[in-house]
Amino acid sequence: MTDAALYAEADRLFARKKLAAFGLPAVLLIYLAYVFLAFDIPGLAERARLDNARTLMSDIWSYKTRVAQDNRNGEVVVAIEGERKGEYPPGTEPDWVQMDPAGTRIDLGDGHIVSFFPEGGFTYAMPGRAPIEARLDGRSVVSNVTDAPDWISASNTRFQLETSHGRVSLTRNRTELFRYFPGWELFFFTLDSPYHGASLTQLFGDRIDPTRSNLSGAWHDFWNNAMWRHSDVVWALFETVLMAFLGTFGAAIIALPVAFLAAKNFTPLGALRFGARRIFDFLRGVDGLIWTIVLSRAFGPGPMTGALAILLTDTGSFGKLFSEALENVDGKQIEGLSSTGARPVQRYRFGVIPQITPVLVSQVLYYLESNTRSATIIGAITGGGIGLLLTQAMITQKDWEEVSYYIILIVLMVMAMDSLSGWLRRKLIRGA
Amino acid sequence: MTDISADIASIREGYLEQARRKRLYGGILLLVFVALMASGFTLADDRNAGGFWDGLPNIFAFPADVIADTWPKLHLLPGHMADYFPALLETINIAAVSTLIGAGFAMGLSMLSTRGLARWPRLIPVFRRAMDIMRAVPEIVIALVLIFVLGGGPVPAVIAIAFHTAGALGKLFSEVNENADLKPVEGLQSVGATWLQRMWLGVVPQVSPNYFSYALLRFEINIRASAILGFVGAGGIGSELKNAMSWGKGRFDEAAAIFLLLFITIVVFDQLSSHVRNLMIAKKGGRA
Repeated sequence: MTDAALYAEADRLFARKKLAAFGLPAVLLIYLAYVFLAFDIPGLAERARLDNARTLMSDIWSYKTRVAQDNRNGEVVVAIEGERKGEYPPGTEPDWVQMDPAGTRIDLGDGHIVSFFPEGGFTYAMPGRAPIEARLDGRSVVSNVTDAPDWISASNTRFQLETSHGRVSLTRNRTELFRYFPGWELFFFTLDSPYHGASLTQLFGDRIDPTRSNLSGAWHDFWNNAMWRHSDVVWALFETVLMAFLGTFGAAIIALPVAFLAAKNFTPLGALRFGARRIFDFLRGVDGLIWTIVLSRAFGPGPMTGALAILLTDTGSFGKLFSEALENVDGKQIEGLSSTGARPVQRYRFGVIPQITPVLVSQVLYYLESNTRSATIIGAITGGGIGLLLTQAMITQKDWEEVSYYIILIVLMVMAMDSLSGWLRRKLIRGA
Repeated sequence: MTDISADIASIREGYLEQARRKRLYGGILLLVFVALMASGFTLADDRNAGGFWDGLPNIFAFPADVIADTWPKLHLLPGHMADYFPALLETINIAAVSTLIGAGFAMGLSMLSTRGLARWPRLIPVFRRAMDIMRAVPEIVIALVLIFVLGGGPVPAVIAIAFHTAGALGKLFSEVNENADLKPVEGLQSVGATWLQRMWLGVVPQVSPNYFSYALLRFEINIRASAILGFVGAGGIGSELKNAMSWGKGRFDEAAAIFLLLFITIVVFDQLSSHVRNLMIAKKGGRA
């Protein structure tokens, strides 16, 4: 080749590379710009609910205690998260709430003091500002605030103010106060348990509840905690793992024999092979979502439905993987066995299975881990396992501390399954 | 002579003993496995709303309903499919964008967590752990939280899938990186290239075919994920499917169109990605 031809060749190569180097990013950029408009990202700012984000963030790490007065009869109830199962029994209210028939007095700390009027209304005293007063006048709500700052919202039917120390609101029926504290309250024991508020040394000391020993009693109350429902959560986690376990191994058991039909070197009959492969493609192509919908119509919500959905989808995936592994099997081992007079079953057992075991085991274990995640998702759709609890907690739009608790548990569960499958893989494949 | 034959006998005895023990362990393992499967099956059956054996005859009831609804209106099917095509496109776009974004983050994370390439070698375990956590979070968790904050639509799904993809691809990418030749990196370092330049010019050209093949596989997985996320409120074909399902018996013809679209899409991308990957392997093999 002459120098000129070489130069020309090099120039062409450079030109092509230059085109690729600028063309590829340009195409990507155009695509992203198209998606930017197609997904209406500029409109996202309007649709985003920042107040939702704020409640979410504060709810994750804090809990609120609600003091509510029924304005018709002056009855005051103090409850954690404002839920019935978090209610303080009368006489055991926290010391920052002073119950008084003439007007409940609430000390929010730092000189912020709220007093309820038994007939409805309140005064809020804070340092560096005249007390704010709101009361019921006939059917409407009136206050002494003339020009409301943005942390006060006032109307004829509702008056609300929110400070760094709490939130107070007044409507015709109810005077209500929320105070926020950091942490997840009642995680171990609910208020009706005698162990609530007991220290660890007390737990190991004398019997708190004379009818039962401390450890068993504390365990019973913790396990049956009505607020956090620990037993239900553990069952749900177990159900999720069960779905993944049954689905993955069931799929492997079904896929293995059929994979022989789909492998070229074991099934010389083309039509049979074609049929087996199309079955696998179909099972994979229908996808977990559709299987879940179809199966939940037949079996109803629960772990069995989820397990079967995973089983069907993964039979397709495993069938493809196993048949590929079978096609790569070394024929010499099988030949050697047949030369010693082994029957077909023995040839498969000792000639084929040991060769594909490593692939089989590592794939199945890999899928076991990934299916734990899928089982969470399928559970959210069909209603079973931890996925169901998660969606239930989200629908209420206020139990975000439970949502974050479940998320942490899900992540830990998947990571545990990941290490378990990795550990088993190392154990089994080295031994094989 | 007697010594040797005694030796052989003892060796044979030892071997048979070992084989017996191995068979016993294998048998016990199998038994435990079968027991676990059986008890797991009964337990799952008990905790399910409908039992397995009761539901089994009904398994084709729903598909039969769908077909029965669709058959008389078969001529409407292409129209329905055309109607839902934009939603399908949105689902595919969600998968594509989240794969792109996720792969971008995965590239950075994988380089930061590969020994020999890392910008801050001390922080390798931190980045590895971060990827483990990202990988462990199911997409639906992030999507549901973000739907609450950002409202329904494709953006929560993109963020959720991209987050998971970054973790999943990051691990695979870092395995690829470990096999990368370090000589170009050293060469670039010797002429004073910055870390970014070393990675972009020294590592990426070596590993990009493998990156591409993994990303393609992930794209296929993400199409399924984005369809599922649509079903819980993140837009695309999944949410249309949910609507079509809610119309109930007698009007399943639109659901049938969506089922068909989804099935075709998944099969097409499945075949396409395996075809492209096979081509790449063949090309690589031919060159070597």
